[in-house]
Amino acid sequence: MYCAAQRQGDELRLALQGEWRLAGLVAARGELAALPLAGVSRLAVDAGSAHLDVSAAWLLRDFLSTAAANGIAARFEGDAPPALALVEKTLAGVMPPPDPDIPEASQLLDPAAAVEGLGRHAVQAWHLVSDGLGFVGRTATAAAQSAGSLRRWRPASIARHVFDTGVTAIPIVALIAFLISVILAYMGAQQLRKFGADIFVVDLVTVGVLRELGVLLTAIIVAGRSGSAFAAEIGAMSLNEEVDALSAIGVNPIEVLVLPRILGLVIALPLLTLFSDLIGLAGGGLLCHLLLGMPLLQYSNRVLESIASTTFWVGMIKAPVFAVLIAVSGTWCGMRVRGSSRDLGAQTTLAVVQSIFFVMLADALFAVLFMELDI
Amino acid sequence: MAAAAVEVRGLVNRFGRQVVHDGLDMRVEVGEVFGIVGGSGTGKSVLLRTILGLQAPRAGSVLLGGRELTGLGRAELRAVKAGYGVTFQHGALFTSLTVLQNVQLPMIEHLRLPARDLDELAMLKIRMVGLDAGAAHKFPAQLSGGMVKRAALARALALDPPLLFLDEPTSGLDPISAAAFDELVVYLRQELALTVVMITHDLDTLYRSCTRVGVLVDRHMVSDTLEGIVRHPEPWIHAYFMGERARERSVRHGT
Repeated sequence: MYCAAQRQGDELRLALQGEWRLAGLVAARGELAALPLAGVSRLAVDAGSAHLDVSAAWLLRDFLSTAAANGIAARFEGDAPPALALVEKTLAGVMPPPDPDIPEASQLLDPAAAVEGLGRHAVQAWHLVSDGLGFVGRTATAAAQSAGSLRRWRPASIARHVFDTGVTAIPIVALIAFLISVILAYMGAQQLRKFGADIFVVDLVTVGVLRELGVLLTAIIVAGRSGSAFAAEIGAMSLNEEVDALSAIGVNPIEVLVLPRILGLVIALPLLTLFSDLIGLAGGGLLCHLLLGMPLLQYSNRVLESIASTTFWVGMIKAPVFAVLIAVSGTWCGMRVRGSSRDLGAQTTLAVVQSIFFVMLADALFAVLFMELDI
Repeated sequence: MAAAAVEVRGLVNRFGRQVVHDGLDMRVEVGEVFGIVGGSGTGKSVLLRTILGLQAPRAGSVLLGGRELTGLGRAELRAVKAGYGVTFQHGALFTSLTVLQNVQLPMIEHLRLPARDLDELAMLKIRMVGLDAGAAHKFPAQLSGGMVKRAALARALALDPPLLFLDEPTSGLDPISAAAFDELVVYLRQELALTVVMITHDLDTLYRSCTRVGVLVDRHMVSDTLEGIVRHPEPWIHAYFMGERARERSVRHGT
């Protein structure tokens, strides 16, 4: 019970009782709504024995103003609750808040709005592209400026990133390389056996792993591990104004945060690729031995025969290119984080998606290039 | 004797070999504005975190409204936490939510209210702390430092708690905004009979709003009224209240 009502002629005497708290707001409103107000023209409220918090006072004010709109004059017997005065003072003379700009459903169907939306997206996309190109340009400039001095290459920082992105990635890269060569050998063996061409399984594994799969899968793993880590590290620093602090100290954030990550990954990814190639060939050999009964010596001879002089390098040359793409995507997304933790999540996601996309795109371009060069 | 709003008994906090609190006692009565001061590294924030139940002490007990915090079940602890509001030093507003959504979050988590009530009550709290309606739909990153402090206070007041903890509420504000913030706290305390516990380094804030002061010295707390504490012989307290800074203040205020 929040209130007790007593009818005297056309006056309703309302005694508020107990604790009026936010937690009981809905119940208190229910009681107020159930009051017999029909035929009442005066309301006498006694709040002396009740305690109202701000939310409850807001409810009471709401009730009293509705009553006033219905021609019921309200007065307090004794003092009005202090919280009510606070609410009155807060709300006095202030217009209701404007609603945020949320487009109505009808506006969304409006052809003019659709054209406008298309234009907005086009402009935003152009800004994104120009921002990305600008970042690449600033990075290149910073690299050129620090090229002269060894200290500004920050070897300690580069070493840390080689460790974080390369050494700690060895177990997962090894596992993936092994599994993919097993899959390749197994699938190849099943098909080639039909022609009695079992021996070509070795060619399939060797060329497939060395030219394409070793470097591509390693790059995708690294994009997932390190591209996201770059974006999250730098993004958290942006949120914490650490990037601004670097600029204010007179240090180029790109030189400190971006270049060591790019260089670290350019060193780490080729080494990981080499490792992945070796594990892949070993995995293929193991499967050929177990599945086809091929002696390991025959396997290794066949591997050496099937490798052209370029096979290994065709794969390896892609690694530093992929490394630059992954590191630039990750650091750029990190630098773009503004304001909120949600943006940090969005940019980290974007960093991974974007770096994998660029890796695939570059791989396709490499394939066309190598075909034209006939290697 | 009625239960104190906040009572700390024999608190011990230790990190490794570093002893932060060693048998600290503190008592805040209902309706007081209690200021906690102390040098850097004397464990003001650790004390606050312990009182809030964010950190378990090595020994000792914390009682809020007469209820011991340690050993409470999950549901009881949740109820206790709905009974106090906190502002953190840097605001700690949720950056992915607007100010309005920040204020609504405790209400949504603890209560079942219709959407209209949520909007209007949150807007009431936002206006109560002196922000205009336009700020309600902004994100924390779009606010100035003073507005962040006010928005944090609005969020702390969301559930109309009888007890309020403020961690350096006026640090980083200009003197005029700081004075306005102090007035707001005093006003809220008078109108709503709130109990306020605040960590502050601002002498002006202490003089304007606090009824009693607790000073952290030598891993214990010395608490007294302002008139009493300024006469305390402990060197750090003496330097704090009677030193150069305090004299500058008395020159400014002509006292």
